Amino acid sequence: MSYLPYAVAAWLFLVGLAGVATSKNLIHLAVCLTVTQSASYVLLLTVGYVKHGNAPIFKGIPLGAPAVDPVVQALTLTDVVVSVVVVALILALALDAHRLSGTVDPDGIADISG
Amino acid sequence: MTRRVRIALLAPALLGLGTLFAWAIAGLPPFGEYRGPYGFVLNQIVVPLRHTTNVVMATTFDVRGIDTMGEEFILYASVLGVTLLLRDETGARQVERNTRRLRDDTVRLVGVLMVGGGLLVGLWLVAFGYITPGGGFPGGVVLAGAILVLYLIGSHRDYRPFRNEHVLDPLEGIGTGGYVVVGLAALVGGLAFLTNLFGFGQTGTLASGGSIGILNAAAGIAVTIAMLLLFAEFLETYVVPLEPEDVGS
Amino acid sequence: MTVAATLVPLQAVVFALVVLGAPLVVLTRDPLRQALVNGVYGVSLVLLFVVLAAPDPALSMLVVSGIAYPLVILAAIARSRGERRRPKELGDD
Repeated sequence: MSYLPYAVAAWLFLVGLAGVATSKNLIHLAVCLTVTQSASYVLLLTVGYVKHGNAPIFKGIPLGAPAVDPVVQALTLTDVVVSVVVVALILALALDAHRLSGTVDPDGIADISG
Repeated sequence: MTRRVRIALLAPALLGLGTLFAWAIAGLPPFGEYRGPYGFVLNQIVVPLRHTTNVVMATTFDVRGIDTMGEEFILYASVLGVTLLLRDETGARQVERNTRRLRDDTVRLVGVLMVGGGLLVGLWLVAFGYITPGGGFPGGVVLAGAILVLYLIGSHRDYRPFRNEHVLDPLEGIGTGGYVVVGLAALVGGLAFLTNLFGFGQTGTLASGGSIGILNAAAGIAVTIAMLLLFAEFLETYVVPLEPEDVGS
Repeated sequence: MTVAATLVPLQAVVFALVVLGAPLVVLTRDPLRQALVNGVYGVSLVLLFVVLAAPDPALSMLVVSGIAYPLVILAAIARSRGERRRPKELGDD
């Protein structure tokens, strides 16, 4: 029962992946990708969690107080901001496909050339 | 691969992936019982060594500084990709001139207050990033968002300085390249790349952490300008060539 | 064997919100509505990060899901619709 938070991360990943595979709209696909990305954030933060731990910011709390892992938080916070720009790149690809083929349906853009 | 085949393959694929996830999760320590020594060691040694109270930011810019440099280059490359994709090489595009101001004064007042408040909050997040929660990354996005509100409530003339690529591109270079320059400055002195070589100052004040503060500011600049470049690329729309009497605000 | 033995009840509620929010985002097929639902899902993720004692990722996620994601998604939707309009309609603005 104490592995449920990790199962939440797996559930988010699978739901996002199912959304990507069954999507009929490239923009909807990009937003489903953000759900998949959030699975990685949840997994990182739940792995680093210490029971009854404080945040790893030692202003106002004494230095020896139990705190959660700072490394996974550093990874997560840069990843959150950078993934916005990567999703913007994916949306730009979708707009380019729309410009060349006239549709945002992933199954409808299969015959573009040049 | 048609849509039907794709969906037919989806269920067994998700089942297989779910099984692999279950196997992987069974090998993790239970939730809340983090065992690894890296996090505990960092929580104990970073504040005495670097005099910054925000251990997460010290980890981002000092202990794992190389990873953040890689993330900034991902940012830079993605903005480059968006710019290249959304530029039309046939040359038939015009920039949309948002010549209408908002009529509603209440909305404009709220917008102006949001711009001022957003700039203050963004600057505070970036400046105090290594003392209290925050940092260059969220602060940069808040700053870019405040400037975007200027686009929403004002006319084209108000926003034009912030979409001028001749200004934004060098600033983006300063943000991303500044990070590398600070790292190289340590190489010049004979130490390893990205060694924290400035004085560490007093714990809990702005003058602490050495090069963490400088790298934090560089990351804030890089993220702000990257977001502004992104907004500028996405918000330029394709319109027909404007008649001469339509131009001007 | 109870969940409450290891999870504080508040954490359980927030985890449940996130678990319910993800399929809602995926099942909303219209991109315009999905941008809004994604914003709400982002707020639930912020709550999750806060109860997991992670203020820095919570700030980043709050800012990103409130400012940056709605902007790029709405701009992409506007551009993907706008190019199909006839030139006469654009000139009426």
